[in-house]
Amino acid sequence: MSEKEIWVFVEQDSGEVEETSLGVLSKARELADSKGFKVAALLLGKDVGGLAEEVGAYGAHKVLVAEHSLLERYLADPYFQVVSALIEERKPDTVLFSATRNGRDLAGRLAVRFKTGLMAHVISLDYSEDGRLVGGVPGFGGNIVAIVKHTKGMPQLATVAPGVFEPRKEWSGAEVEVVEPRIDESKVRMRVVERSVGKVLDISKSKKVVIAGMGTGGNLEPAKQLAEVIGADIGVTRPLADMGVAPRDLQVGSTGVVLKGDLVIVLGASGAPHFVSGIRDVGTVISINKDPEAPILEYSDYFAVGDLFEIVPRLVEKLRRGG
Amino acid sequence: MELKNIIVCLKVVPKPEEVKFDPETKRLDRSQARNEINPADKNALELALQLKDKHGGRVIVVSMGPPFWDKYLKLAVAMGADDAVLISDKALIGSDTLPTTLTLARAIQKIGDYSLVLCGEESSDGSTGQVPPGIAEWLGVPHVTYVSDIEVAGEGLARVKRTIKGGHEILEVRMPFVAAVELGCNTPRFPDFRRKRWADREFQPKVWSIADLGLSPEEVGFKGSATEVVELQEAKPPERMKKKISGSPDEVAEELARVLLDLL
Ligand SMILES: Cc1cc2nc3c(=O)[nH]c(=O)nc-3n(C[C@H](O)[C@H](O)[C@H](O)COP(=O)(O)OP(=O)(O)OC[C@H]3O[C@@H](n4cnc5c(N)ncnc54)[C@H](O)[C@@H]3O)c2cc1C
Ligand SMILES: Nc1ncnc2c1ncn2[C@@H]1O[C@H](COP(=O)(O)O)[C@@H](O)[C@H]1O
Repeated sequence: MSEKEIWVFVEQDSGEVEETSLGVLSKARELADSKGFKVAALLLGKDVGGLAEEVGAYGAHKVLVAEHSLLERYLADPYFQVVSALIEERKPDTVLFSATRNGRDLAGRLAVRFKTGLMAHVISLDYSEDGRLVGGVPGFGGNIVAIVKHTKGMPQLATVAPGVFEPRKEWSGAEVEVVEPRIDESKVRMRVVERSVGKVLDISKSKKVVIAGMGTGGNLEPAKQLAEVIGADIGVTRPLADMGVAPRDLQVGSTGVVLKGDLVIVLGASGAPHFVSGIRDVGTVISINKDPEAPILEYSDYFAVGDLFEIVPRLVEKLRRGG
Repeated sequence: MELKNIIVCLKVVPKPEEVKFDPETKRLDRSQARNEINPADKNALELALQLKDKHGGRVIVVSMGPPFWDKYLKLAVAMGADDAVLISDKALIGSDTLPTTLTLARAIQKIGDYSLVLCGEESSDGSTGQVPPGIAEWLGVPHVTYVSDIEVAGEGLARVKRTIKGGHEILEVRMPFVAAVELGCNTPRFPDFRRKRWADREFQPKVWSIADLGLSPEEVGFKGSATEVVELQEAKPPERMKKKISGSPDEVAEELARVLLDLL
């Protein structure tokens, strides 16, 4: 290999491509163009060859396709085997992942396999003069960002916070190379026996979101009614997702979804750092909290003091009447 | 089936909202922050204790950190852990996940005879979530992340519930393996009062140095790490207007309605 390569692990599930990995791919292309590197997308799956061209359009010079029935959906053992064998054989300079559950699962193990550095959940990405990967790594729920430099090992690894980089479908003519996945089935020590998934609403794209916190006691009714009159989607804080009143995919925050819309209304959430990192980029933040000193005040444009169960029904009523 | 050792990796973290950033020195000020057991690690410990209640075995807590963490290990023992190991050594200062996973894996091997290693899904300070899969690679055993439940399914086999996009899946996994346990998936028990008194007064965690694990100073700490922190920055959320709206529920609703109708 003459030119250095940046690889991007493009996640898919049963043929559906994870959009946040395409954003990473577009960012990789931008970095590669400035450095004279090449970009390869890694596409593992079952019958996914047909997606390769489409994936490539998000910034790959080349799409490496590995197909096997064990790769239909993410499974740690076979995915790790295939990706580590490819890295070993072709020695890319950098491998990037979207910091989804699966991306983090795979990258964490690869870092030890190759005794190399891994930056987690970066919100910015660049190379230093001497060609080392440098990333902004958020900590303490996002209040502090450490600028971290890769110092040792190859490939240089990073997982990228979902949604930081926009997918851009601006390239064409990516070469597609089908590679033989190397899987030793005797060393696959796990199998999926059951799966239960529903359609997920991606609230990272919602313009307006009403978020229910623990102040609702897990009762989503007020949030739902308010959301309905203003045409918003619903989100929750982590403890509500923990309780199971809403799916994890509707959880806002550092371990959930980062919102970007125009408006959020936060009902009964205290404003913990891990939560606030999910609403910091939103246009307007309105919150309702019965504690006049709740930390969420700091992060709100409008902060209504009072019991949400008394305020929300009245507000809904007034909005229905048009003020 | 009888379980053997169930090892829980437990970290102590400052409460995130109490850590301050000093813009002058560009350093973190943790002096005002209270510490706690990393929240997800308490869920991992609870799951370990539940498994022990059903299937026997010994729950052993392992931590890599400074000597003052022994207080939190005693707390874990008061909750029901049978034993605790603290790996503490000045050479470990500055370790990123590569030496951290190496050190924890060595300690786990030294304890030995384990059926399961349970970690938290991520730490509330570092939040990398990469320690559990890393430990598994050093140990050469499988790993599963975002685990909300584990059931023993037969000889050497477990059924593991893993959160995935849009729902969950159940995996059958060969033991031993490393699981990263989801924050909030169970309610950690309170320490037993009498056990707590005993642990505070009489229990001493084992303390191991890197030499006890056969590691050299070059393999750990700053030297053994593969990344370095170049600088710290504060990532303040944007300034907000902070307009307080108070009054009777009706007045507040009225004002909010006005604000909303203006915005929409
Ligand atoms: C590693 C890690 C990751 C995390 N990730 C996330 C994440 O992604 N998202 C997330 O949300 N959290 C996350 N958390 C948890 C976070 O730290 C907080 O515990 C959580 O956000 C608190 O949720 P809350 O504000 O709904 O509940 P609480 O903190 O309990 O706040 C409830 C609020 O409701 C108010 N209230 C009560 N009753 C009423 C009423 N009737 N009317 C009006 N107000 C009322 C109270 O005054 C209080 O301010 C994470 C924690 C850790 C350790
Ligand atoms: N220093 C440590 N000592 C013991 N366990 C740790 C340590 N660091 C991380 N862990 C474990 O790894 C999990 C994930 O941490 P992290 O990868 O740092 O987000 C934690 O929840 C702990 O279970």
